Amino acid sequence: MSQILIAGFGGQGVLFTGRFIASDGLMRGKEVSWLPSYGPEMRGGTANCSVIISDTSIGSPIVNNPDILIAMNLPSLDKFENAVVAGGSIFIDSSLVERKAVRDDVKSFYIPSTALAHENGLEGLANMIMLGKIIRESGIIPYETISKTMEEIVPESRIRLRALNQKAIDIGYNYRG
Amino acid sequence: MSDKVLMKGNEALAEAAIMAGCRHYLGYPITPQTEVAAYMSKRLPKIGGTFLQAESEIAAINMVIGVSAAGKRVMTSSSSPGIALKSEGLSYLAGCDLPALVVNVQRGGPGLGGIQPSQSDYFQATRSAGHGDFRMIVLAPSSVQEMADLTIKGFELADKYRMTAMILSDGILGQMMEPVQLNFGDIKQHDKPWAVTGTGCQREKNVISSLYLKPEQLEDKNRERYLRYAAIEENETMVEEYQMDDADVCVVAYGAAARISKNAIDLAREKGIKAGLIRPITLWPFPKQILRSAAERVSAFVVTELSMGQMIEDVELAIRCMRPVLLCNRTGGMVMTPEEVLEKIEKAYSIGGTV
Repeated sequence: MSQILIAGFGGQGVLFTGRFIASDGLMRGKEVSWLPSYGPEMRGGTANCSVIISDTSIGSPIVNNPDILIAMNLPSLDKFENAVVAGGSIFIDSSLVERKAVRDDVKSFYIPSTALAHENGLEGLANMIMLGKIIRESGIIPYETISKTMEEIVPESRIRLRALNQKAIDIGYNYRG
Repeated sequence: MSDKVLMKGNEALAEAAIMAGCRHYLGYPITPQTEVAAYMSKRLPKIGGTFLQAESEIAAINMVIGVSAAGKRVMTSSSSPGIALKSEGLSYLAGCDLPALVVNVQRGGPGLGGIQPSQSDYFQATRSAGHGDFRMIVLAPSSVQEMADLTIKGFELADKYRMTAMILSDGILGQMMEPVQLNFGDIKQHDKPWAVTGTGCQREKNVISSLYLKPEQLEDKNRERYLRYAAIEENETMVEEYQMDDADVCVVAYGAAARISKNAIDLAREKGIKAGLIRPITLWPFPKQILRSAAERVSAFVVTELSMGQMIEDVELAIRCMRPVLLCNRTGGMVMTPEEVLEKIEKAYSIGGTV
């Protein structure tokens, strides 16, 4: 079972990233759940979502202790770093988060995804760059299924966005740093 | 590739309502149920239905009475404070013997409260939805699939027994996405010879009213209604049992709290404590007999709920206080962790022990 917590500002695509991971799991025949924060924080502050991918049926959809934490901003890292299970992973957008993770019993990855998105003309797709790195490092999504999942959740009417999202994922997937 | 789709609980519920033949939705927005209204506003006009955002919750429930009186499947949805506003209409629906589906995606209270998930409208749903002697069938989904399935069931039961069925959900189930299969086979439709559809000068006129000024008549009416309720208690009670075969400790929880309890039960079993779950799917009718017979087999109960302790009263009553009953609760929009439930299971086990 993978328990994933994705957190950041509203507008960073946190919920979409979670939906992508959940949809991919569903396509591969897994049990999945996706639970967004929908509180007042959604209106202008932080957003987060819990995603669970499992071979067996899922009880609580709330991720209290993630195996994988994706921190797209500093408040998210501050809030959730200690909740990550020992041996888990933390993915940090290092262009927005200046500090390093304090925990030494987890694997930490630093990806300047917002900066990479800007450099590549992919404004707003820092989340997918991050996802590319997560796919490479965590194995929660096989690289081969990405394009199928993309077709599934990006509608025909927005077909142009599929290629852009794929490009962003590839930048993250191939990022060494 | 399965034929399951990933949907929010609120959206799965709305689509199921459409598949059940509901073409009339009257509502008023409130978090965390707004997706129900949003979905209906997109879909209903395209299929010849009516979506109407009323000027208030009170207006919406009274429009529900009108549509139902005309013999059509009809639904409204809201969240806790909005349901409170509908209470007069719920009583009139009961007094008129009209079917309707009413959805409550609960949030924290009392008053305006907060917008985070809660189960603190249990009393409201099962006891005091409005004035007078009446009941509503109360269905408590625990997954996105059940948000859909119980919506179908709710329409069928409402029509069958001519009364309100309520879906008592919460912010977690409304907002979360899970795979759901929207394939319901044959959905029962009921003839409604009582509907006010115009006589066409072919029959006596139908009258729908809740006014009975002669007390003898009103008493008869209420007694007749309660005979129907007795039949529902006999025939329509639903539960899910999880790991109950050899359980020493029985957790009782519904909706989202039941899911968290399942995690705790798995944790307890890893530690060698045989715990199990009885999850009421119908909160009214409440599974009294099932709990009463479980009390013969287990040594203690834990009730897990997102309130200050409401369903626990029904559990204690159902088991005639034969066993200790511990409460594991969070409220106001806070949600317990599986570890908090585990702690209560361990405590219950230390009191009750092995059977």
